[in-house]
Amino acid sequence: MTRRRIADAAAIAVAVVTVFPIYWMVLSALKPTGEIRSADPRPWTLHPTLEHFSSALGVSGFGRYFLNSAVVALTVVALSALISFLAAVALTRYRFRTRTTLLVLFLVAQMVPVEALSIPLFFQIRDLGRTVPGVGLNTLGSLVLVQLAFSLPFAIWMLRGFVAAVPQEIEEAATLDGAGRFTILWRILFPLVAPGLAATGVFSFITAWNDFLFARTFIISTTENQTLPAALLVFFKPDENDWGGIMAASTLMTIPVLVFFVFVRHRLVSGLGGAVKD
Amino acid sequence: MTVSATIRRQRLTPLWLLLPALAVLVPMFAYPLYQLGLLSLFEYGQPQVSGGEPARFVGVGNFRALFDDPTFWTVLGQTVVFAAGCVVVTLAVGAALAVLLTRIGPLARAVLSFAALTAWAAPAMTGSVVWAFLFDSNLGLVNEVLGLGGYNWFYDRSVAFALVGAVVVWHSFPFVMITLYAGIQAVPTSVREAAALDGASALTTFRRIIAPILRPLIIIVVIQSIIWDFKVFTQIYVMTGCGGIAGQNLVLNVYAYQKAFASSQYGLGSAIGIVMTVILLVVTLLYLRALRRTGEAL
Repeated sequence: MTRRRIADAAAIAVAVVTVFPIYWMVLSALKPTGEIRSADPRPWTLHPTLEHFSSALGVSGFGRYFLNSAVVALTVVALSALISFLAAVALTRYRFRTRTTLLVLFLVAQMVPVEALSIPLFFQIRDLGRTVPGVGLNTLGSLVLVQLAFSLPFAIWMLRGFVAAVPQEIEEAATLDGAGRFTILWRILFPLVAPGLAATGVFSFITAWNDFLFARTFIISTTENQTLPAALLVFFKPDENDWGGIMAASTLMTIPVLVFFVFVRHRLVSGLGGAVKD
Repeated sequence: MTVSATIRRQRLTPLWLLLPALAVLVPMFAYPLYQLGLLSLFEYGQPQVSGGEPARFVGVGNFRALFDDPTFWTVLGQTVVFAAGCVVVTLAVGAALAVLLTRIGPLARAVLSFAALTAWAAPAMTGSVVWAFLFDSNLGLVNEVLGLGGYNWFYDRSVAFALVGAVVVWHSFPFVMITLYAGIQAVPTSVREAAALDGASALTTFRRIIAPILRPLIIIVVIQSIIWDFKVFTQIYVMTGCGGIAGQNLVLNVYAYQKAFASSQYGLGSAIGIVMTVILLVVTLLYLRALRRTGEAL
């Protein structure tokens, strides 16, 4: 019994250390500026204020950046779910000659350092913008395209397991009942792999929501099209940091991912199990 | 003839199902990768970008310039040591906590899982600025508590790397912990109970009983961590202010970015990208072999 107690205490100690930076972030966002600048920082505040949030959202325009991030991330999640679902069905339900090659390529694609691709992609996006409006430099469309491409290989690889887990007999029975291929795909298979879509959705969302490098590379002159991570750096100056504002903006940036995580937590774990297939 | 056989005979179906994916991946992934290789063989700088001069083919010239530059070798060495350190610590912490999760009560387990989830969910950018605030030389909590005055954690190369490494570990141990915990749960309870009855310690149980069963899963987690930690960008870039004082905290990723976008040597930056790609591809081959061993059918 004591051994269990010690283990419990150790786990809670680790949990406290792990969660502390997040706690400190939220706390500092709520502290009045005077307390942040105080030489004796306290782990609580008696005068919580929303001044940093309102200045971040109002003066610094984080509301706009928040919206940009949300638009990019949610578009990527929706498109990625749709496209990876179709590809996963093709790769699990059909046998064709290039199937294995494609699977290996999707796996290898996950290992490519996409950061290095920022160099050719910069020129490609710039040139694309000259012919196709809405996807060139300084557009949110360019971020959607890039993040979609980077999230697809993993999403396809992960969803495959979920599609394979659906018994083929269900589709065969539906065919016998006269259901067309379109009906089978969208009315039967799609709802059945919903847990898998939730798990892959989390990963696509995080990839797109966290992206700092591409936002910094592509959005160069039109600052109103900036997303949160890149916008945050603008306010992060080595000499005179407005820590309260930065912590408020960081809190705003963390909340959506955390909410997303908590909601799909169990599906995420089962999704990981499905992806690694021990 | 069964119904599914009829479906399978419709040969064009998989093609149109794959078409949307290929329509995104070929122009946004495969083609840029080819372009990266091409760029690495050219002298491509500011005059070429503005169209003043044509791109000059230099063959392996960029690579030769790179290999002749002592900075490159320093950065390569730093990248390997930093990534290796992050991988080892992440796995040790993740594995230890996965075992701990199996030995604690439901309340403590829920608390630890939730804490890990918050660290996992925090964007790299958020983690970087929050930790930078905690370790800020003037207003940081750590210096206040430890009474270190105005000590600058980012001044010394190894201290700065260690601190950035701590943030990387903080972000990535939850993945290892939760994946391994899911794996341990799949090990039959009777095996674990028998070990506990024999009075085996957590470490012994893990090393002697759980690790061999989870070997394939552990290999995958290891290689996944290598790939992630080798590609760290945001934490280094943000916390050390683009690579530290006089670039002492550079890793390959940030180095390539600096060469390309800060000094307009796009060809040279691409060559660094190619070196990274080759290194990670070697790791990928190991990953594929590990997957093969788990019996995953491709």
